[in-house]
Amino acid sequence: MIRFDHVSCAYEKGRTVLRDLSFSLEKGEAVGLVGANGAGKSTLMKALLGLMPYEGEITVDGLKVEERNLREIRRKLGFVLQNSDNQMFMPTVAEDMLFGPLNYGMKREEAEKTVDEVLLSLGITELKGRHNHRISGGEKRMAAIATVLAMKPEVLLMDEPSSALDPWNRRMVIRTINALPVTRLIASHDLDLILDTCGRVLLLSGGRLAADGPAEEILTDRALLEKHRLELPLRFGGENPR
Amino acid sequence: MASIERAALEIREMDDLAALDSPIHALHPLAKLLTTMVYLLTVVSFGKYDLSGLFPMVLYPALLFSLSGISVKTCFYKLRMVLPLLLAVGVFNPLLDRAPLVRLGGVALSGGVISFLTFTLKGLFCLSASFLLAATTSLDSLAAALRKLRLPKMPVTLLLLSFRYVSVMMEELAAMTTAYRLRAPGQKGIRWNAWGSFLGQLLLRSMDRAEELYASMRLRGFQGDFPYAEGRPLSGRDLAYFLLVTLGLLAFRIWNVSRLLGGLLL
Ligand SMILES: Nc1ncnc2c1ncn2[C@@H]1O[C@H](COP(=O)(O)OP(=O)(O)O)[C@@H](O)[C@H]1O
Ligand SMILES: [Mg+2]
Repeated sequence: MIRFDHVSCAYEKGRTVLRDLSFSLEKGEAVGLVGANGAGKSTLMKALLGLMPYEGEITVDGLKVEERNLREIRRKLGFVLQNSDNQMFMPTVAEDMLFGPLNYGMKREEAEKTVDEVLLSLGITELKGRHNHRISGGEKRMAAIATVLAMKPEVLLMDEPSSALDPWNRRMVIRTINALPVTRLIASHDLDLILDTCGRVLLLSGGRLAADGPAEEILTDRALLEKHRLELPLRFGGENPR
Repeated sequence: MASIERAALEIREMDDLAALDSPIHALHPLAKLLTTMVYLLTVVSFGKYDLSGLFPMVLYPALLFSLSGISVKTCFYKLRMVLPLLLAVGVFNPLLDRAPLVRLGGVALSGGVISFLTFTLKGLFCLSASFLLAATTSLDSLAAALRKLRLPKMPVTLLLLSFRYVSVMMEELAAMTTAYRLRAPGQKGIRWNAWGSFLGQLLLRSMDRAEELYASMRLRGFQGDFPYAEGRPLSGRDLAYFLLVTLGLLAFRIWNVSRLLGGLLL
C-alpha cells in the first residue's frame, strides 16, 4: 500500500532530516512509528503527504507521490496533525467534518450521515454543533480525529494522537484505531499506545530507520530503546515519570 | 482577559452571530450581498448637505436589526474601535465651512455642521449595513456568493484565508504576550528592546500555523472552491427581498421623504 524506497529529506540544504529510508506497509497493517523528539516522525508523514520535497521514491497504491498524483493520493490518506489547532478551520466541528467529504464530491446527505456515525463511534456526539474556538484541547483533538475519519480514508496517519487526551479519550482513540480495518501509521512516543494498537514498529533515530519488526519484540528491548533515547512501555517496567 | 485575546475572540464571535437563525440569516448570501451593495451605493450618493434626504436611510439597518435579532448594542460594541475614527475625520468640517446654511427654530446651522452630521450618519449607516451583512452571513457562504458573481478564485480564496489568518495571528500574539507577562511581572507592555525578536517570532509562528492550516485544507481536497457553502439556487423569496429593498432605496433616493412628510405635517 505504501512504499518508501531510499527516501531522504531536508528542510535546508545540507541538513538532512530523513536519511535513506526504505520500508513498505501492507494494506490493512497497523504500524507504529516511534522515535525520540526530533527523530523525523512528523517529517516522514509530511513527505508521504506530498507536503515536502524528497529524494528517492514514495508510492501510495502504486502512485508516486508527486504533484500530478497528489489529489488522488490525498483522497486515500487521512492525516491527523500533531497540533489540532492547525487542523480545524471551519467555525463548528460539524462543518469542519463536512469540509473534506464535500470537497471530494460526496453528496451532502451522505456526508451528514457519515458525520453522525463518526461522532457516535468516537463517543463525542455532544461536540457536533460546538464552535472550534470554544472547546478544550482534548476535545479539539477528538474533533480533529473525527474530521479525518469522516473522509473514510484508506490509510490513517496520526501524529502523536494521544497528546492532550485524558485517559478516557485516550482509551476511545485506541478503540477507534483498533476498530478500523484500514492501513494505519501511528507516530508517537507513547509506547503503551503503540503497543495497544500496532503489530509492527518502525524505530526512527536521527532520521534513520534503526529497527523494523514486531511491536512486542522492539518495545521490550530495553537496550535498543535506551540507545535511541526511548524508554520501555510502563507496563514492562518503564520508568513511571511521576 | 488580555485585550488581544479579547479581540481574537471577537473576530471568531462573528461566526457565532452568523450561525444564528432568523429570516435574514435564511436569505441567500448573494441576495444579501447585492442588497448591501445597493444600500452602500445609495447612502454614499447623497449630497454632503442632504441630511434630510439621507435620514430615512436609517430604515434599512433598523429593519435588519429587528428581523435578524442582532442587537444594536452588539453592533456598536464591535465597531467601537472604528467609530472614533469616523468622528475624527468629520470633525473639522464645522470649523472649515462656517457659512450658515439652514435655520432651525432661530438657530443658524452652518454648512460645516450639516456636512459633519451627514458624513457621520453616512459612515454609521455604511458600517452598520456591512456589520449586518457579516453578522447574518458566514464568511464561507459570502465567499461562495462572490464566486457566483464570477469573481476569480484567487482573490476570494485570499479573502477567506486572510480572515482566518488574522485570527490565528491574534491568538499567537495573545499567547506570546501572556508568556512574556508571566516572566516579566510589573512591566507595562513589552519593553522596547524585546520588540524586534517579539515581532519576528510572532511573524514566524503565525506563518507556520497559517501554512499548516492551509496544508490541512489542501489535504482535505481544498482547491479554492467552496462546495460546502449552501449550494441552493436563489429562491423567489431572495429575489423579492432584493427587489423590494432596492425599489424602496431608489424611491427614498429620488423623493425626499423627510421633506414630504414635513410638508404634510406643516
Ligand atoms: N520546518 C522546519 N524547518 C527546519 N527544520 C525542521 C522543521 N521541522 C522540523 N525540523 C527539524 O527536523 C528534525 C525532525 O523533526 P520532526 O520530523 O518534527 O521530528 P519528530 O516529529 O520525530 O519529533 C528535527 O531536527 C527538527 O529540528
Ligand atoms: Mg513530531
